Amino acid sequence: MEAYLLAIFITALVYVLLTLGLNFQYGFTGLINFGYVGFFALGAYASAICTARLGWPAWSGFLLGMVVPFFLAWPLGRIALRLRDDYLAIVTLGFSEVVRLVIINEKQLTNGGQGIAGVPKLFEFGGAGLGGDALLAAVLLLACTAVAWLVRCVVKSPYGRLIQAIRDDETALLALGKNPARFKTQVLMLGGAIAGLAGSFYAHYIGYVTPDQFLPIVTFQVWMAMIMGGVGRLRGAVAGAFLLLLVLEGSRAVRDLLPGLPEVAMSSIRLAVIGVALILFIRFRPQGLWGAPRD
Amino acid sequence: MTDSSTASLQLEARGIVLSYGDNVVLNELSLAVDTSQLTGLIGPNGAGKSTLFSVLSGFMKARAGEVFYLGRSFGRQPPEQRARQGLMRTFQVPREFRHLTVLENMLAAPWQQPGESLAALLLRRAHVRRVEAENTERAHEWLRFLRLDSVASTAAGQLSGGQKKLLELGRILMLQPRCVLLDEPYAGVNPVLIEQISERIRELHARGIGFVIVEHNLHALSRLVDRMLVMDRGRLLSEGSPEQVLADPLVQAAYMGA
Repeated sequence: MEAYLLAIFITALVYVLLTLGLNFQYGFTGLINFGYVGFFALGAYASAICTARLGWPAWSGFLLGMVVPFFLAWPLGRIALRLRDDYLAIVTLGFSEVVRLVIINEKQLTNGGQGIAGVPKLFEFGGAGLGGDALLAAVLLLACTAVAWLVRCVVKSPYGRLIQAIRDDETALLALGKNPARFKTQVLMLGGAIAGLAGSFYAHYIGYVTPDQFLPIVTFQVWMAMIMGGVGRLRGAVAGAFLLLLVLEGSRAVRDLLPGLPEVAMSSIRLAVIGVALILFIRFRPQGLWGAPRD
Repeated sequence: MTDSSTASLQLEARGIVLSYGDNVVLNELSLAVDTSQLTGLIGPNGAGKSTLFSVLSGFMKARAGEVFYLGRSFGRQPPEQRARQGLMRTFQVPREFRHLTVLENMLAAPWQQPGESLAALLLRRAHVRRVEAENTERAHEWLRFLRLDSVASTAAGQLSGGQKKLLELGRILMLQPRCVLLDEPYAGVNPVLIEQISERIRELHARGIGFVIVEHNLHALSRLVDRMLVMDRGRLLSEGSPEQVLADPLVQAAYMGA
């Protein structure tokens, strides 16, 4: 039971990181990123390749896991930001699928569809006990706190004021002689790096990576966590991520209520539960658990 | 045309053509604005006034024609570059940053703020704080001038229509504009506030800021401006002093829909 709770806790913290990054992009800057999982995948694969395939130390994976998505977001931003909001959504969705397809086909680097196994645990002591995972959870918690604090500092600064102005009315900003493009690109890059960091933690925790872990559904789960927690609220990111895990894991209980259900039907039911939860939230509490910013 | 008049002809449109499909909105429109005079731009609905503002400020591209500002063609410059040269506009439907407070709206305007660079936030904190304090002081001065100081910490989305119009003007004033295109400053504004807005515009004009004002409230506008331009169906129909223009039978016919 402790192992199960710890597993949920760690997964939830990974989602907290993802939700913080997405909230920075959408909640504060208004960028619609439907390909967030792509940046997550880049981080996870960077860590897996560095450690399991190349035998480099874990920190190199973490470093590349943030640097690679950071820089890949740059050309994406340059292309997409010439277009209007909804096109950014389509371009990013395409980007995440391209990342996944490259991972599947670039077999020499990624071992294709079979994925990379044997990503070492970050901390190993006490044999097969929970000590290592507990320490990982603690470090992850520290990382979440640091990222939340950094995002908060940025959001409260003049920089944060400007990105929120972009979210509220980009045309007005142009009329004031300011060009939002640079800021939007930077936010895409920083948000990408946060997703990459989450990916590195995830790879080290799960111990293997395959392309199937990075389907577009992950992006929408992060969106769901953000919407449930409250768009543009940092505390909401925490609440939303944990609530998401509650919904995801809670839907497993359906198995006990409906014994003999095939696995395929189970996963469909889980998707349906997520959909219903999202509809209920938007219907009855559109501002999320923590309310919308100032209105 | 004498030299002195050329110098004060700050804003000029020549042969502007713009159409949506078959609907010609601006039909080889040419006009010149001398910003030393407060200028009103009137015309019946659909005359193309707001569209002209969008062409002048670079938000819409004309199919033909050119916009000259301070004697030079804007060419294909985007809106933010035109604004950087001191030609700024407000919008018919106000575009406040609705989740930011009134003060934050003002502070979002100034260019080259060190606090808007991540590197400076990290490395030059004292500098960031100093510039922020200076801008805040300036913002409060303008808010007092516009009688918005009492709502400085209110979310801009909660202001009344008239207050939003004033806030839009206030943001522009943070940037020391040369010429402001005001789109319907009196729309949805109560009569007391209308007089107040007119008074502010007069004061700002006396300080050397040019204004071109699109407005349907002809009564209030004619008492404010020195000169009026009248547009109808994408063309310049008439121009002159408010008295001349409003007495012009062509103008009256256009407003009567003849």
